[in-house]
Parts: sequence; structure tokens; C-alpha cells
Amino acid sequence: MSEPVALKLTAKDFKSDQEVRWCPGCGDYAILAAIQQFMPELNIPRERTVFVSGIGCSSRFPYYMNTYGMHSIHGRAPAIATGLSVSRPDLSVWVVTGDGDALSIGGNHLIHALRRNVNLKILLFNNRIYGLTKGQYSPTSEVGKVTKSTPAGSADAPFNPLSLALGAEASFVGRTIDSDRKHLQSVLRAAAEHEGSAFVEIYQNCNIFNDGAFEQLKDPSTRDDYLIRLEHGQPITFGAEGQFCVVHPPGGFGLEVRETSSVRPEEIVVHDATVTDPAYAFALSRLPGLDLRNTPIGVFRSVARPSYDSVVQSQLAAAKAKVTETPEQQLAGLLGSGDTWTIL
Amino acid sequence: MTKQIRQLDRVVIRFAGDSGDGMQLTGDRFTSETAQLGNDISTLPNFPAEIRAPAGTLPGVSSFQVHFADYDILTPGDAPNVLVAMNPAALKANLADLPRGADIIVNTDEFTKRNLAKVGYQTSPLDDDSLAGYVVHPVALTSMTVGALAAHQVSKKDAERSKNMFALGLLSWMYSRPYESTLRFLETKFAKRPELVAANVAAFKAGWNFGETTEDFAVRYEVKPAKMKPGTYRNITGNAALSLGLVAAGVRSGLPVFLGAYPITPASDILHELSKHKRFGVLTVQAEDEIAAVGAALGASYGGSLGVTTTSGPGVALKSETISLAVALELPLVIVDVQRAGPSTGMPTKTEQADLNMALYGRHGEAPVAVIAPRSPSDCFFAALEAARIALTYRTPVILLSDNYVANGSEPWLLPDVESLPDLRVEFATEPNGEDGTTFLPYLRDPETLARPWAIPGTAGLEHRIGGLEKADKTGDISYDPANHDFMVRTRAARIETIPVPDIEVEDPDGDARVLVLGWGSTYGPIGAACRSVRQRGLSIAQAHLRHLAPMPANLGEVLRSYDRVVIPEMNLGQLAHVIRARYLVDAISYNQVRGLPFTSAELETTLEEVLKNV
Repeated sequence: MSEPVALKLTAKDFKSDQEVRWCPGCGDYAILAAIQQFMPELNIPRERTVFVSGIGCSSRFPYYMNTYGMHSIHGRAPAIATGLSVSRPDLSVWVVTGDGDALSIGGNHLIHALRRNVNLKILLFNNRIYGLTKGQYSPTSEVGKVTKSTPAGSADAPFNPLSLALGAEASFVGRTIDSDRKHLQSVLRAAAEHEGSAFVEIYQNCNIFNDGAFEQLKDPSTRDDYLIRLEHGQPITFGAEGQFCVVHPPGGFGLEVRETSSVRPEEIVVHDATVTDPAYAFALSRLPGLDLRNTPIGVFRSVARPSYDSVVQSQLAAAKAKVTETPEQQLAGLLGSGDTWTIL
Repeated sequence: MTKQIRQLDRVVIRFAGDSGDGMQLTGDRFTSETAQLGNDISTLPNFPAEIRAPAGTLPGVSSFQVHFADYDILTPGDAPNVLVAMNPAALKANLADLPRGADIIVNTDEFTKRNLAKVGYQTSPLDDDSLAGYVVHPVALTSMTVGALAAHQVSKKDAERSKNMFALGLLSWMYSRPYESTLRFLETKFAKRPELVAANVAAFKAGWNFGETTEDFAVRYEVKPAKMKPGTYRNITGNAALSLGLVAAGVRSGLPVFLGAYPITPASDILHELSKHKRFGVLTVQAEDEIAAVGAALGASYGGSLGVTTTSGPGVALKSETISLAVALELPLVIVDVQRAGPSTGMPTKTEQADLNMALYGRHGEAPVAVIAPRSPSDCFFAALEAARIALTYRTPVILLSDNYVANGSEPWLLPDVESLPDLRVEFATEPNGEDGTTFLPYLRDPETLARPWAIPGTAGLEHRIGGLEKADKTGDISYDPANHDFMVRTRAARIETIPVPDIEVEDPDGDARVLVLGWGSTYGPIGAACRSVRQRGLSIAQAHLRHLAPMPANLGEVLRSYDRVVIPEMNLGQLAHVIRARYLVDAISYNQVRGLPFTSAELETTLEEVLKNV
């Protein structure tokens, strides 16, 4: 194999000529800039990169990337991207979606893309609100949320997107935050390297309809005590002074947060994203409380599993390998197969 | 004993039994034997949606009708000359369709008190005079089969299950069918269980020999081969022909075929068939739902495949939003709707033509697509190629309206020469098309076809974004400009309306007809047969049949206006008639039936004669 040629692309190469039309101050700007800056690192030609989105504020994303792109219809991006990815294994296909797009109208497509392990990088911008339709509660909004459509407070229990993805057999699950460019890019890097579906939840601030939804995770005075930064192979400790840690309490099913000083060092869970049993990553996904305390970010799970694309393509290749005739000869043979008779 | 041999020009046989009796297989085999002999054939399977309805009940009856003749025929026949009834339910469910004098072969073993009671017979119809008008042949099919297999190493259950082969053997003898293909078939089907091959062959031969020796069947019949065009033939169902047409479209376009499908009756067979043809590069995805199926197909089209989705009416309804997206994206997409009786779940295994309105209009916004309909089982092959041609050339969704009647019915098909099939090659865009030599304009159209360039991902220098938002002419940028939207809506309409399609042809052998019968899709056979009968009575009538429903042939208005009356028979409540009246201001007579079954040519004949009387 020849060494890949360094394309020497820059962030500028990934900016399209379209005027970006999100609200000033929207978290999407930061994500767009982070991704445009990150893409050259992959050394994939722009023409082989495709962004497919559904409907919602975040789904305008493809217009701003100078790659191939499709702004499709509400909730259907994973389905459309599945057809593209499976039929074109040479492409790098990214899905940009939101909490309403992916988890409400498009929930079915999301879970099936994940269970199949289609080679898609799925970026879910979660702002816990419907922005484009001007402020209704979303499937990730907290119970009791007062919005235009829930003046008495939402009665719906929300989804935990990562728990859902893990339940849907996702082979890669991660979470990051719009405002932390370095972390965002590190998670995207791991996602891009993953064979199969990579699901990344990005906490994104909607400054118009749900401002400050993730403020505790961003405010320098609180974030260190709230965020759990997962590092593969490292004991899970957090807090400004490392005063908190994650342990597996004996007899329990999940994980719990303790004060580091109250446990023996060997009791602290060492993060391993490659654990086969999804129960571990699931337990991590259940740590945060309603107040966003104990919110893990980083790569929760990254396990090797053949992608749907590779299985389908290898079936095609195996069938084609036996062919010795031209397509026309094959077709003539197929048409004339079965019981035939000839009239002279 | 020597049997008398009588020549017939045509016969209609209906095999009827319980869903588990193997009547579809029996009918299939008889059809195949008949095809080998060179008769013209048309078949009509009719089965319940339930896989195994309660045994012995009326809803559980499954039947297969085959019409064969020494001349060219157009329908599976209105009324059977012979009914094979494997149980009392099969007799009761089908008796009303039989003309007096028809032969009825009954499996007497199943005429037990319990089975008779299940379908409401107080006394056995074999014992009273209720069948006096028919020629009844009582045959102990089950017990004779079990008897014939006494020495075989098969269970009693397997022996009983071979009774359909006994029946097939008897009928094959009666109509002098060559049976080598059936023996070959049994060897392949039960290749892994040689004892079943032996048992089924023995049952078949026992049935054949029974015919030859019993005095109950004094006459044996022959139907001479039909005069058909020279060439190689095979018997084919519409779903099989449609699948092969899609494979052929891939070969002739040089593009991979991508099928996204969700299982639905009566379209699933196309998914099954296409999933076998990976060596042609055909990729099939069984999606999580109908919406994902069409979405995946559209995604594949975006990537340079021929994207196809196959479904029935309820599935098209779900796909509607994505089809509209395909209209906006101007990408090729073939949507196959094998229509069934609706609304809702309706009668999933019965036929209807009631999705025409949905195909023409069932989308939000002004979202025109091309619509075509095959007229017969083998025509599904050519209709699929034509759908692919329009989709690829004009970069548009095309809805192909098949229906359960053509999908599951079969007829002999003169195999086409592959080289004679249309050349469907397309050119992807490879270079910038802007005046400055560097810009790519994804919505700059070909002046002749109005198609936009198909620039697939992977093409350097043509990176562009498309989407469901209204696009500016040429650049494809998002546009809310009022004049642009008006222009784009009209252009999308013109794109479809100006697709050149062949003129409609009129069949009027007498040349002086004043009444025209206009049909579309699967009614071609019954309408054609009715017109023939009308003409045999010395009356003149013209027939024209629409293959292209959007756009319609350019000469259609002129043709319609040149007749005093136009009759439009449809298996719906007048959907085409409505379009014709609106578009051409022709006072067409709509004749409708929605019974889940094809028209009989006899009822159409009566209707047409009524119209002729009043011209």
C-alpha cells in the first residue's frame, strides 16, 4: 500500500460560500468552527466527505461545509445516509442531527443505523429544545419544563441519548460540549477512526429558547466539580481537586460517585471504553443527576464490530468474484433460466 | 382400456383446496407442464392473507386458476371448465363460479361430517342432487395417495401431504401434459430428502395411472400448441419479470441497482428475487420501515446508484414525503407500487387499481412525478426498464403501478435479446459547468431534457450541497425569492410534462368503430378479450391502453375526441376517468368494479354491448 498523500487542507478549505444563518451566539457556530478546523486532520479529500442532515437548526450544517452535502427531511438522515454509505464504501459519511430530529421523529432510523453498525459518524447536537419551530419542549427536555407547548410544564420523561444509543447496540458512544473545542475535536477524532457507527452527543447551547441549559458544565467555577472527563486507561476521578471518583459498589448493578478520600485507590474504576458488555458504558451514562452533576464526557464505549457496510460489500464481492461472463452474457443467462421452451 | 381422445381449443382449470394443501404449487407445476407443451397460458392465483387460516374453513381456501389454449389468450378465463376441490370448503367457495356442465373432481376423503359441518353443509353435496348440473368425479385422493405410498419410508403425514401430486398426476393425464419438468422439479425441491422425492413422484404417477385405468374418466383431452412467434419462452409472473427488468436496467445503465425495501404483500417477492442477484452488483437492504427503505434508495441514488424501492399502497403513503424530497433534489428514483385492495390493510392478497390518484397526486406541494403501469405479467419487465429509463434520463422519481393481478399472475414470455434492450447509460457530471470554468451549478439544466447534472460524491471540484429547501435556479442555493419559486415550480412541472412518451395506439381492426375502450395497467387482458368477443358478434369497437399515466401520450386528446363514446373500465371508482374528463373534457363513461378480483371479460362484454346499443 502506498503512503497516503498529505492533502495539506486547512479549515478554510472546508468553509462553503454560504452565509451562516444561525442566531448570533448559537452554540452551533462553535461546533461548526471546531469541525472545520478538525477535518483537515483526517486527510480525506473534500469530495469524499459527505454531510447528511435532517431538519432543525443543526441540520443547516451541511450548507456551511465545502464538501458534498444533503439537507434532507425531518428525522430521515440516518436512513438516507445508510443508503449512501452502504453503496459507496469509499466515502466518509457524517450525519448531523438534533435532539428532536434524531430522538423524536427519527428515533427509529437512529436505533436501526446503530444496531446495524452502518459506517456513519452521527453527531447529535442536543440543546434540549425545539429551536427552529421556536421553542417547544424536546424529547431531551427535563420533566416539568415550561415551554410554549407545555405552559403547565412538560409531563414527558426525557430520553437519555447515550443510554438509548447503548441500548440500540451502538459500538461507539461519546459525549462532548460545544464550548470545549479541544475536547470536541478529541472525541470526533476517536469517532472518525472508529469502524461502524459512531454516536456523539454534543451538548449545545440554544441561547434563544433554552439559554444556559448546560451552564454548570461550562462555568469555570462549577465545571470541574460537575464534569467527569473520561480517559481510556485512567482511574475515573474528577473535581477541581480530584476529590470525587467513580466506584463499582459491591452488590450493586451500576456505578456510583464517592469522595476519593473515602475509598481505597484500587476501588476506583479505571475507564475502559473497549469493555464488551454495554452495561458498563450504560452505567456511566446513568451517572448524571437532573442538576447535571457527575456528567461524564469523552468516549464511553468503543468496541470492534464489523460494520454493516463491510459485511454487505463482502457479500457482493464474493458473488461477483465467481463471475466470468460479461454483464450482458450474465443477463441473457438469467433471463433464460428456469423451465424454457423453444418454438421454431 | 383405450381411452377416447378429444381435441379442445381451450380449457380453464381451477385447483382449489385448503391453504396447506399445496394448491399454488400444484397450479404452478401444471402451468409449467402446459408451457412446455406450447399452449398459450394465463394464470390467476387467489389465496388468503393468512398463512394458515383454520383448516377446512371457507376463509382458508386457496386456489390457482390456469387458462390454456391453442391460440393466443388474454386472461386467466372467466369460468373454470374443471374444478379440483380438495375439500368441502373448496367446493363451496368456488361452485358459484362454475358454469353448468363443468367437471368437478372432488377429494371424497375430506367430505367427512366434521368438514361438511365446518362450512355449513347439512348433508354432503355428493349425496344429494345439488351437483346434478355438473359432471362430478368422486376420487378418494388422500387414501389412494396413502395407499400408493404404503411401501415408502415416509410418515403418514408426509404421505397425505403428497395428495396434491396425485391430483396433479391425474390432471396431467387428463390433459395429456408432458410431466418431465415436474419430475425434475421434485428432484430439486426435495434434493436433501430423497425419500420425499420418491414419495412425491410415486404419488404423481399413481394419479396419472389412476386416470388411465379408472372408468370414471372415459375421455382424455388434448389442447394443441398455440401458434406463437418463434423464439425461446419461459412462463413468468409479474413480480419475477419486474425483478428481472430492474436487473436488466442495472446492466444496461452500467449502474449498480440499490433496492431499499420493507416486507409487504404483494411486493415482497421482488425483494426476495433481487436479493439473489448480487453477482450483478444488485444491493438490497431490508430497511426498518417503508420510510427508511425509500430514504436509503434515495441516498444510494445520490451516490450514483439506480435507487429503487418496492412496496404496496400503504408503503407508498409512508414514502410520500421522501418522494417529494426526491422531486426537489431531482435525483433518479424508481418506486414500485404493487397495488392491493385498500384502504388501510384492506385485502392484502387481492387486486385493485385504486392507487392511481395517490401516484399522480399523493404528495405535498406541487410534486409531479412520472407514472407508468404494466399491462401484463411479462410486460412488467419492459415497464421496469422504461421506469428506469425515465428516472435516469430525466432525474426524477418514477412510480411504477403494478398490481396483485399482474404481480402473481403468469404468462409465457418470449425472451428478449439482451442487445435489443434500451441503452440506459448516463453520464455523471465531471467538470464545472459555470461560465467561469470553475463554478459548479447543480441546477443548471440540460435544455432538452431539463435534467440537472448528476454530480456524485467523490467527484473533485464539484462539491455542492442540495436539500429540500427551495433552490435558486442554476446555483441551487437556498432561495425564498417569489419569482424564483414560481419559476422552479413551473419548471418541475414542465420537466415531467415534456418527457417524450410513445403515442397511444388504437386497436380497431374493423376501422369504423365509434366507441373506444380506454384502460390502463392490468385490465388490458380482460378488456382485450371482451373487445374480441364483441367483434366476433360483428360489432366494431376500438381499444386503447395507457402505459404512461404521467405524462400522458401527446396524441391522447385527439384519439379520445375522434370517438362518439369513450368507456373507461377500472378496478377503482373511476380515477382515470376523472383525470380524462378533467384534462380532455371528454364525457367518458366510467365502468368500475372493486371486488379484489380482475374483471371477467364476459361482464365487460355485456357493458360494452350496452354502450354500443346506445351510440
